Amino acid sequence: MFEIVERQELAQGTIISNWVKAPKIAQKAKPGQFVILRANEKGERIPLTMADTDPERGLINIIYMVVGKSTALFKTLQVGDSYLDVIGPLGQPTHLEKVGKVVCVGGGTGIAVLHPITRGLKQIGNHVISIIGARSKDLLILEDKMRAASDELFVCTDDGSYGHHGFVTDVLKKVLTDNKDIGLAVCIGPVPMMKFCSLMTKDFGVKTLVSLNPIMVDGTGMCGCCRVQVGGQMKFACVDGPEFDGHETDFEELTLRLRSYLPEEKIAYDQFKAQHGHKCSCGT
Amino acid sequence: MAEEEKEKAPKKEKIPRQKMPEQPPDVRRRNFEEVPYGYTPELAMKEAERCIQCKDPRCRQGCPVEIDIPGFIKFIKEGDFEGAIRKLWEKNALPAVCGRVCPQEVQCEGLCIVGKKDEPVAIGNLERFAADYQRLHGREVLPPKAEPTGKKVAVVGSGPSGLTVAGDLVLKGHDVTIFEALHAPGGVLVYGIPEFRLPKEIVFSECNYLKKLGVKIECSQVIGRSETVDELLENFDAVYLGVGAGLPVFLKIPGEHYIGVYSANEYLTRSNLMKAYDFPNYDTPLVRGKNVATFGGGNVAMDSARTALRMGAEHSYIIYRRSHAELPARAAEIHHAEEEGVEFLFLTNPVRFLGNDDGFLTGVECLKMELGEPDASGRRRPVPIPGSEFQVEIDTAIISIGSGANPLLTKSTPGLALNKWGYIIADPKTGKTMKPRVWAGGDIVTGAATVILAMGAGRMASNSIHDFLTMGW
Repeated sequence: MFEIVERQELAQGTIISNWVKAPKIAQKAKPGQFVILRANEKGERIPLTMADTDPERGLINIIYMVVGKSTALFKTLQVGDSYLDVIGPLGQPTHLEKVGKVVCVGGGTGIAVLHPITRGLKQIGNHVISIIGARSKDLLILEDKMRAASDELFVCTDDGSYGHHGFVTDVLKKVLTDNKDIGLAVCIGPVPMMKFCSLMTKDFGVKTLVSLNPIMVDGTGMCGCCRVQVGGQMKFACVDGPEFDGHETDFEELTLRLRSYLPEEKIAYDQFKAQHGHKCSCGT
Repeated sequence: MAEEEKEKAPKKEKIPRQKMPEQPPDVRRRNFEEVPYGYTPELAMKEAERCIQCKDPRCRQGCPVEIDIPGFIKFIKEGDFEGAIRKLWEKNALPAVCGRVCPQEVQCEGLCIVGKKDEPVAIGNLERFAADYQRLHGREVLPPKAEPTGKKVAVVGSGPSGLTVAGDLVLKGHDVTIFEALHAPGGVLVYGIPEFRLPKEIVFSECNYLKKLGVKIECSQVIGRSETVDELLENFDAVYLGVGAGLPVFLKIPGEHYIGVYSANEYLTRSNLMKAYDFPNYDTPLVRGKNVATFGGGNVAMDSARTALRMGAEHSYIIYRRSHAELPARAAEIHHAEEEGVEFLFLTNPVRFLGNDDGFLTGVECLKMELGEPDASGRRRPVPIPGSEFQVEIDTAIISIGSGANPLLTKSTPGLALNKWGYIIADPKTGKTMKPRVWAGGDIVTGAATVILAMGAGRMASNSIHDFLTMGW
């Protein structure tokens, strides 16, 4: 059992942060790696990239958006409650290297995954320019942490309620134009965002890492559910990734495969909401 | 002596091989309950009478773990079912599993002398009976354990070979810990073999038996990630690697990304380990295909096609590039699949998957094949017939053409020697790898094989590990 020792609701309760007791994982985990969690005996195995670790206290931090039954179930877990299973660290760590100047782009809960990578890149001496975005000011997370991990920070909102009015790609274009010496881009967020960021960085000839979130089961390369096309080859995000070259990734295929279980997800979520009462503020 | 035999012979009525009662095909094809019900005590004792108690039993030579087969059958014949299970446990920690999934027809039963003229003694069914009787009615009996040796052994993987190693070594007094990557122990017995062929309750019961013997089982520990083998070697005197093959093989044809295309590993893991057949009571979903095609002809393909029927398929096809005679699955599994209505398309090879704009699978294009000259495996090589393309309408495809070697553990373990396919090189007699204090066995050494062969490899390795721990070599 893996106890939740701290819990916060972010973005008006649509995004949840948990610090979970998992000493062995906290010791081992590196930026970019993920864990698989299961709430109870009947639960799905849900992969989440770690947002942070505290090896001294034996804690890992996960931050997730409530999008369906399993994450809604996670949300019901309070401080003192436990996950039944936490498995990890899984996947390849981010290859952190000093390239000089880097740009880190995050959208939505992707900012949580981006943060430890951003911090790592700065720690080893890179000049880090970060761009983070959300639909609106209320939904933006980790602004302070990202500011502390970056040399320059730009904020965007789709509705203009905070920072630049528009998408992260608008700002990315300006940053790439103004900084011809950028050697690496890291873009993590919703699939369309990663796709359009990658198209743009390709125009500028800047190497780009993205972190993919396909559907997974075991997380050890055994089932092939998380297969993605990268550079025309089949890769398994759970063992070969989750980070891949954004210029080589087939985002269309990823988008299609993420829709595999939409009808089943709806059935499960509707049933859950009927049983638990729908009290969240997600607007549906 | 001769006179005595003459007197007895006419009295003795010849008993036919006793069949296990089973669910009728048209009922069972829509449920996940086990197909055969197993022997009653009466049927078991009657079947046991058929064993002629050979002095030099051939059946035993056919058993990879060398069970004293006439020995345990004699106890059943006498109605001493506890004696039977004790005899089995001397050599086999998983009798309820082996009684169900071993290919007895090519092992013990294949060599049975009774089988020369008549049907062989139903050794597998009797083994299963003894184990089930003990689980359901028996009092708790545990075999004697040696004094603690103070030696610690790590077993990586809780499939059949790992469980065998653990069971053997704990009885010899060693301190054994099993590390399992998934959240439940049993390996392929839990994620691979379906409930209707091997109820999970039975696997957990056999694992609990090991726990009662003192084996520690740590689940959700992905060795190679959570901890490396080198780190295990700091805390353990010996390490056994029984991680299975564990890498899905795809057809490498266009359209494998369509929604509805699964590896058999994924399809079965969702259904078995995650209990997706009971969705939405369990949270993990699985597409309920109307027209399902399974590609391949082994036991895993039969399990997949039969699972698809139970998930509600109207048509469950097996598409195989050779003919019926070359099917690698056990005859009993093929028979069960045919009875339940699985449709076989022989001499058929998939060329590409077809899908719609939303990314869902809609069909598969195939080529007709004919059999040519025998290939390296001795089986006649299928050759495509030009211009014979045709399409089959399907919404689910399950690819079951074998497994490869999962590199997750081997890549993170310096010093292990691997063959060109990535399997671990280990001494076939002892399971010793090129890395000191590390043994390996089962599918990660041999490539995908059977439960009992993995157990046989585990037995040899446990003997070698015990020698090393007690004598230093």
